[in-house]
Amino acid sequence: MPRAMLTGNYAAGKTLALAGEANRNARGCVSGAYPITPQTEIIEVLRAHEFVKGRVVPVESEHSAMGVCIGGSLGGARSFTASSSNGLAYMNENVFAAGYYRLPIVMVAVNRTLGPPWNIWVDQGDSLSLRDAPWIQFYVESHQEVVDTILMAFRVAEDERVLLPVMVAMDGFVVSHTLMGVELPEQEQVDRYLPACHVPHRLRFDHPATVGGLAWPRETERHRKDIQESMERVPAVLTEALDAFEQVFGRRPKGPLTAEHTEDAEVVLVACNTMARTLRNVVRERRERGEKIGMIAHKLFRPFPRELVRQAIGSARKVGVLDRNHSPGSGGIFWQEYATSLQGRDLLVQDYLVGLGGGDVTPQYIHEVIDDLLARKHAGEPVWEEVTA
Amino acid sequence: MTTTATVPEDYCNHLLRAGNTNCAGCGMSLGLQLIEQAVGKDDLPMLVIPACCGIVTAGAFPTSAYGVPVAASTFASAPAVGTGLTTVAQLNGEKHFTMCWCGDGGTYDIGMATLSAAAERNEDLIYVCYDNEIYGNTGGQRSSATPEGVRTTTTPFGKTERKKDIMGIMAAHRVPYAATLSVAHREDFIRKFRKARSTRGFRFLLILSPCPTGWKSEPAQSVDLIQLAVRSGLFPLYEVFEGQRYRINAEPDGTPIERYMELQRRYSSKSVNLEHIKAGIEAQWHQLHGLAAAFPAREDD
Repeated sequence: MPRAMLTGNYAAGKTLALAGEANRNARGCVSGAYPITPQTEIIEVLRAHEFVKGRVVPVESEHSAMGVCIGGSLGGARSFTASSSNGLAYMNENVFAAGYYRLPIVMVAVNRTLGPPWNIWVDQGDSLSLRDAPWIQFYVESHQEVVDTILMAFRVAEDERVLLPVMVAMDGFVVSHTLMGVELPEQEQVDRYLPACHVPHRLRFDHPATVGGLAWPRETERHRKDIQESMERVPAVLTEALDAFEQVFGRRPKGPLTAEHTEDAEVVLVACNTMARTLRNVVRERRERGEKIGMIAHKLFRPFPRELVRQAIGSARKVGVLDRNHSPGSGGIFWQEYATSLQGRDLLVQDYLVGLGGGDVTPQYIHEVIDDLLARKHAGEPVWEEVTA
Repeated sequence: MTTTATVPEDYCNHLLRAGNTNCAGCGMSLGLQLIEQAVGKDDLPMLVIPACCGIVTAGAFPTSAYGVPVAASTFASAPAVGTGLTTVAQLNGEKHFTMCWCGDGGTYDIGMATLSAAAERNEDLIYVCYDNEIYGNTGGQRSSATPEGVRTTTTPFGKTERKKDIMGIMAAHRVPYAATLSVAHREDFIRKFRKARSTRGFRFLLILSPCPTGWKSEPAQSVDLIQLAVRSGLFPLYEVFEGQRYRINAEPDGTPIERYMELQRRYSSKSVNLEHIKAGIEAQWHQLHGLAAAFPAREDD
């Protein structure tokens, strides 16, 4: 695999194109594309790619971008798109529909603050506002992880035991617009890694069906439960996707979450995306000072890996969750999930709202968070960076 | 389990099967039957139906009144979903056609941007609007297709605005083919649907679709009503080729518009300004005659 300096966006766009091309011997690929900062480069890369058997449709809105993906996928093609922020909000209805249709669409979400006020910087509130949609969600740390996770996303989404769309979220600008060394795979490798996309309920004349029509409450409940059961199969399918990845590409991407220094940790910090990279350096520093501090780099948000979280926290007594998102009237969304997962344990789970609206999450501030956590006797209301800093 | 409903195989090659949930006298039922007659059982379309009566027609899972594959799309998305489906068909060399089957709410109102974009991209789709001039599925609220003077649940004193000129909008997109279709003029309907079928690119067809429930009319009079709408000049039958050439298919014969209105309780003497409505019809015909004279259709259109 050649290594090149690429932006996160370019790497994502190229990877989507490789995945689309890999379906050229099956029903091809169809995408809807619409620009929004900071993901625009992704759809530019897609539009510039000359597919052997595929088309990227330049539509008039995010709502229609997902609409075209829905049509493409219902036709049996591999479908993918990208969006950010208010684009994801505008797309919302069809995001839900894509999952309820059980279509294996892959979307790159480049995280950006929802407006107004208008702010183009990173904040995970956009993709997390879709947490209740029937989508698998990954949050990734690095450019390489963008590439690797997109490829795995297709494997997982299209697996018949899953058949759900996947969102891969990366930080706007911090990843999307910065250059890093990335190993971009060859087409031949992607061809080997991704089996032909097979949508079992695609529309066809030899078995005419009405997909997405009316249903009574009992059938609807059954449908929801099926989605839940498919979500529960994701970790096992993801492990297989990781194994196959290692065989084809010769290295193993990270799994649902990565626990670091947690074995003897009394305090565990949690973060996702590039915040986890900053946190890693801070935790290393504190470890060197002899403090029993560990961390979790959280990657798989939906389905939420509760059991893995419980294992990773181990015997720690305090957990601090860094949330670059805000659910008004509640707090951080990762914190809610951690608090729920750790219910019944005698430990303190404290929420820290950091870097909202794209503010830098500095090592210095993470030190302050750790100091606050160490001194705490009880968990309290979510802590706002501005208030304490 | 997926949200998929299947139909037994011996019923498969009908567009609309018996036993569907449509009201008696529904223009949609007539339209779908005429479309099947136009293309024949061996050339039925793949359907995209957004939120509208047309998807209620299918019935509830696991049944479906449609004998063809149907994508039930979100309200505003039929042309976008249709774009995806027709593109896959093209990529795979499949010969069937893809048809969006949408109500006036999904066409004139919520779906307007999606429709406009698909028309501008000239997607290979037949888009049919069965226009009953109200939000029928929700019990009869005004849309921008509701004519002036009509009482709906959201215009209880009669609508004061005129109906949107959707044909003018589609002609302005210069789509390869746009036409109005009458369920009371079978041969004209069939000829024009075949014309649409044999044309490539985006084709827009408008059907004035009687709705006895919403129009407060007798189901048995649905066809008569459309007959009167055409004869009085309220619903002109015409074709537009590439947005540039016009052909009028039927001239008004002097039938008074009152005869059309009297058969429907959605019009009331209080809500209707007859002179204004008549002036509107006259102005529309003046414009249409001018266009057809200045920019006539070619013989091969």
